[in-house]
Amino acid sequence: MDFSWFPHYLPMIIYGIWLTLNLLVISLVIGFILAVPIGLVQVTGPRWLKWIAAGFCTVIRGTPLLVQLWLLYYGLGSFFPQIPWIRQSFLWPVLREGFFYAGLAFTLSFAGYEGAIMKGAFLSVPKGELEAARAFGMSPWTVLRRIWLPRAFRIVLPTLGGEVILQLKATPIAATVTVIELYGASYQIRQDTYRVYEPLLMVAIIYLALTYVITRAFNYIERQVPQRR
Amino acid sequence: MFFAVTNWELLWLWKGTLFSGALSTIEISFLAYLFGLTLGLGGAMGKITGGKYLKSVLEVYTTLIRSLPELLLIVMLYYLGTDTLNRILQGLGYEAMRINGFTAAVVVLGFVMGAYATEVLRGAIQAIPVGQIEAAKAYGMSPFLRFRRIILPAMLPYAIPGMSNLWLNITKDSALVAVVGYSELTLQTKQAAGTTKAYFTFFCAAALLYLIISLVSLRLFGELERYVRRGQPKLG
Repeated sequence: MDFSWFPHYLPMIIYGIWLTLNLLVISLVIGFILAVPIGLVQVTGPRWLKWIAAGFCTVIRGTPLLVQLWLLYYGLGSFFPQIPWIRQSFLWPVLREGFFYAGLAFTLSFAGYEGAIMKGAFLSVPKGELEAARAFGMSPWTVLRRIWLPRAFRIVLPTLGGEVILQLKATPIAATVTVIELYGASYQIRQDTYRVYEPLLMVAIIYLALTYVITRAFNYIERQVPQRR
Repeated sequence: MFFAVTNWELLWLWKGTLFSGALSTIEISFLAYLFGLTLGLGGAMGKITGGKYLKSVLEVYTTLIRSLPELLLIVMLYYLGTDTLNRILQGLGYEAMRINGFTAAVVVLGFVMGAYATEVLRGAIQAIPVGQIEAAKAYGMSPFLRFRRIILPAMLPYAIPGMSNLWLNITKDSALVAVVGYSELTLQTKQAAGTTKAYFTFFCAAALLYLIISLVSLRLFGELERYVRRGQPKLG
């Protein structure tokens, strides 16, 4: 075991952690915001919206994330440069980066998985509570905002920690589209120093630490939410 | 746009590559699934009936594997496995050999899935009412007979949903083997797409093939679940 490379590569590792956390937080936040309507329309929406949402969830959950990412990165990535107005737009520096495609793929993936879970959560809110809300004369929007969504969110909360960890474990795939995140950093170190196990071992320990922190954080959050049993 | 007529012709031209890739994905997944289930069954029995030492070893195995990213594990185990095997061979005075990518992929994927399978099967075995196992013991059944006649059929209804998820996960995780250079559906697709420059078309086709594999599997597992639940009272 030789860790003499460690000080030299420390900035790269720290930046790798930063990128990993960025990918994680971006995909979780935007993915969850997308998951709410995806779950909701499958419960109450018109039939065509229901089909689109259910189809989206099926496709996302039925195909490997790696294929989704490569479809976006190589497929869209080779398509965009052919359109002049995209090349000239201010978005081009972003659309050129692997990070954008990784973020997009992870966001859509989380939206698909979480959308299916939100559907179940919306369905398992007791009917009586929604009827009571309507009896109070609340508009559908108010029912959703005050009763349905908060109750559904509380139902998914215990599973959310596990989903976040699954999402963290998916992020190393970003390294295949030139994003030097945490796993990518270990790959880079391996290429430079010809050391195979030490970088992988170090990255593995960092992932374990991140998993531990996420687990603790969600346990804490869950204890903050008052629950009557 | 994305799908010109020429793209369909391209797909038709490369259909052999895509189908052979899909076939090798199914082969890897199936063998790794069998290997993983075997490990999982051993792990589950070990966790339930084993001594303190065995239990803590299995606890480390399941915890560690389940909290590390699959890609990291696959790359790490791939190098570690081939390296260790070659060192053993050299230690015994044999030539180092190039390990067959197929075998390595199956072993690594199976080893990773074994940790998840251990937990699924342990939960299923522990869900069997204790009285049934005690009754089997009281009848004087040997441990093997007890497993075959009582534990296995009684645990399957609890295990099938988890096993179905494991199968769907392993067909998708097998795509990660592309990263260490074994040519299954994902890598074959990437190569075909790279040659023809029709990336969008080919990755869509690959996604469709994976989707078909998933949907057909779901259907089959649904049938299987109906079969293993045939003696149970219907809920709802």
